Amino acid sequence: MSTTSSMSTNLRRYLHRNVGARISTLLALPLFWLVVLYIGSLLALFITSIWKIDTFTSKVVREFTLQNFIDVFTDRAYFNVTIRTLMVAICVTLICAVIAIPMAFFMARIARPKSRPVLIALVITPLWASYLVKVYAWRTMFYPEKGFINWLIEPLGGSSPGFGMLAVIIGLTYLWLPYMVLPIYAGMEKLPDSLLDASSDLGAKSGRTFFSVILPITWPAIIAGSIFTFSLSMGDYITVQILGGTFQMLGNVVYQNFSLNLPFAAAVALIPVIIMMVYLGSIRKTGALDNL
Amino acid sequence: MRLSLPARIFLWTIMGFGFAFIYVPLTLVVINSFNKNTAFAWPPTGFTTSWWSKAATNEGVRDAIGRSVVVALVATAIALVLGSLAAAAIARYKFFGRDAISLLFVLPIALPGIVTGIALNNVFTNFLSELTIFTIIVGHATFCIVVVFNNVAARYRRLGSSLEEASMDLGANRFTTFRLVTFPLLRSALVAGGLLSFALSFDEIIVTTFTAGAGQTTLPIWIFQNLFRPNQAPIVNVVAAALIIVSIIPIYLSQRLTQEKSTN
Amino acid sequence: MTYEGGTVRVTKLRKVAALFAASTLVLAGCSSSSDEGSGAYAGPVKDTPGTINVLAWPGYAEDGSTDPNVDWVTPFEKATGCTVNVKTYGTSDEAVQLMQAGGYDVISASGDASLRLIYGGDLQPVNLDLIPNYADIFDNLKDRPWNTVDGKNYGVPHGRGANVLQYTIGKVNPAPTSWSVVWEPNSPATGKVTAYDSAIYIADAAVYLMATKPELGITDPYALDQTQFDAAMALLAQQKPLVAEYWADYTKYIGAVQSGSITVGTSWQVIANVLNGEKETVGAVKPVEGATGWSDTWMISSKTEAIDCAYKWLNHIIEPSVNAQAAEYFGEAPANSKACALTANKDHCKLYHAEETDYWSNVYYWKTPTENCLDGRTDVKCIPYAEWVKAWSSFRNS
Repeated sequence: MSTTSSMSTNLRRYLHRNVGARISTLLALPLFWLVVLYIGSLLALFITSIWKIDTFTSKVVREFTLQNFIDVFTDRAYFNVTIRTLMVAICVTLICAVIAIPMAFFMARIARPKSRPVLIALVITPLWASYLVKVYAWRTMFYPEKGFINWLIEPLGGSSPGFGMLAVIIGLTYLWLPYMVLPIYAGMEKLPDSLLDASSDLGAKSGRTFFSVILPITWPAIIAGSIFTFSLSMGDYITVQILGGTFQMLGNVVYQNFSLNLPFAAAVALIPVIIMMVYLGSIRKTGALDNL
Repeated sequence: MRLSLPARIFLWTIMGFGFAFIYVPLTLVVINSFNKNTAFAWPPTGFTTSWWSKAATNEGVRDAIGRSVVVALVATAIALVLGSLAAAAIARYKFFGRDAISLLFVLPIALPGIVTGIALNNVFTNFLSELTIFTIIVGHATFCIVVVFNNVAARYRRLGSSLEEASMDLGANRFTTFRLVTFPLLRSALVAGGLLSFALSFDEIIVTTFTAGAGQTTLPIWIFQNLFRPNQAPIVNVVAAALIIVSIIPIYLSQRLTQEKSTN
Repeated sequence: MTYEGGTVRVTKLRKVAALFAASTLVLAGCSSSSDEGSGAYAGPVKDTPGTINVLAWPGYAEDGSTDPNVDWVTPFEKATGCTVNVKTYGTSDEAVQLMQAGGYDVISASGDASLRLIYGGDLQPVNLDLIPNYADIFDNLKDRPWNTVDGKNYGVPHGRGANVLQYTIGKVNPAPTSWSVVWEPNSPATGKVTAYDSAIYIADAAVYLMATKPELGITDPYALDQTQFDAAMALLAQQKPLVAEYWADYTKYIGAVQSGSITVGTSWQVIANVLNGEKETVGAVKPVEGATGWSDTWMISSKTEAIDCAYKWLNHIIEPSVNAQAAEYFGEAPANSKACALTANKDHCKLYHAEETDYWSNVYYWKTPTENCLDGRTDVKCIPYAEWVKAWSSFRNS
């Protein structure tokens, strides 16, 4: 009893007095996991981008070359696909925001407190339906002759847009909408009632209150939601394969090349990583990262 | 807050449109699980419940669900431990590099899944002889840590340190304080984080494609393999419909839990 | 179905084979050393139980999961006590990637995957003395350059076939007999064409150019110099507006045809057979210009731990009755000469030209393009497959 309890007592006293030791103990395991495993594997991947492949067997050969980067930056096709991917990510984020902000406001402020958990549960439930099944349901909806959308708008003179960029945008918006609603809902909940009352007391109509009071306060939450929609859209390749027809995005380029030309795929993979790092760096000041 | 009538109409319309948008495809999934025609033409030509009975006896599905549950449970367990440890450090203390580490904890979900997938695949195939269920778990735990971290860190910030300080003033040491004061307050955040982490891991396909070995079929991989097969696609719909129904209850409960705590 | 014959160029074939063998010897010297020693399994094949993970083209190793009545895996499992897990793949590139990642014991590889895997050290030589059924294989399928290196055999042939032109009956009029319906801008099926989603499809463009632009001088669609290659890529760019989707997953292809989003394009006979299962909906032909094709080999991984089960599988899959079932289900010419007597449709071998040579003269089996021109030219450099992949990736994203 004596040695173990005195050891543990000494340990406790040491940790109690030494803040640095406390922080280090807490962070040791998580940091090890993220830095060694995660960051380490990312670095290993990006180092591969300066190596070559054996042109016949497609295996990686550890000889230095910048050819992969030259290929990525000089080939017009890869510039095009980067721009297209960015456009899709931006469209998806904007559409999700336009739908999610009013929904979140309604759920947080207008719906009765008792029904709020039900509404949230209804928004989260789709996350439990398999991603693939949801995308496939959209595929059947977009079929040119026998799809649901065609059936719906044919009487009005329209026809299904078919597979392509529009279908991908709609599909991705559908998939990531819950990820946008949840952080914004959390942000809306925190809005002090007093501010909203004060705004209407001062004579502002609903629209003015929204743009001058609500939006600025919940802006970090909106940005937090956009991190999900943006990053998930930048890297997606499965939805593109299922709904895109011949349309391709960056994720597809990486996926197609990863087995036969890993160094090239690594070079291409750097593009969305750099874009996301720039995005994250620029939104740090807004405090969005605390709203995840 | 007083809302003008046009504003009210607008909000109700968006709510209606939003929920219709969310639930029409899901309803289609449920309807297609009864669709006789395997090509899922609309409108459906005939109805049958045979797919439900086929799904119940399908061994591949059961095997895949079992594996997915195991992976999700272990990944969530790892994430709960590591995520809470990190959240405690980041939310409670100020130290050099705190912002950088905060950023680090966002990366696994901020960076596209395919990048994580091929990075892990590259490391695993070079250093291990083959991909196993453990490589899948490692991949999942990496982003699950982020989810738990966010939930627990948010809760820590909301709690403030006054209760813990009071407890220590009254003579409890740090471990006892954690056990009797902090942990009960964190519990619902852990549950919420754990549920979300389980859900993400259960449905994860992109990273799993790159970290799963030859025979390691999780449910999303099984779905991917059978999604387009004419004889199996309806079974996939059955599985999805069943998952939706089964998950409504724990989601609702978890929402009630976080709701109660936040009104304190 | 209509088939076109052509003249047999035996001497040309022999020259090509010899030059191909020579270039493979050169490549053997340059490639990285394989993991295994040079010896194949000495045998004898024992009755050790085990599990083999089989990588197969769809339709090659049916275990009842596609159709409960189509199964030649379960009888094997029952007879030998070996467990078989089948994974199907959609393109040879996918096959190479999966084999290199590891975990698979046996693979049915086409000629555009086999040599890459052999030189990468992922396959082991096969001791044909341990496979009694090998004796009945057609002679002109034995010891072919894509599965025999340095005199060492790396597997047993499964069957061969052409990539057919498939069209939905009634949607494409008149019924096509030429590839022009998928390449020419005034195609009646614009917007509903499909093409194979792999760099090897560039060879299909080359096959069309062989007929429509003979001035390019293409004799082997896998031996393209820069000018010929650029012409093929230009043809692909011309085709892109006609294409609804590029396919690599055959089940997705089937769904797309059933829903009407695709009406014509390159396909495999097995896809047409599945679509025609309940009632005839598609036709499949080898067009007048010829077609790319494949001659597949069952091969054994260099890292397998269930070598006895692997050998038993190889012997089982080329057994006359099993080879007949597989060839009939897929829709290809079987490799075992005795299979022809055992097919349910007695005309199967005639239908698929298993015992002929004329039919195959304008079927260009998949093989891996190399810098040393596969047609024997030494005055130019040909484009190697790695460049095909790059060009294809750039094309698909343009």
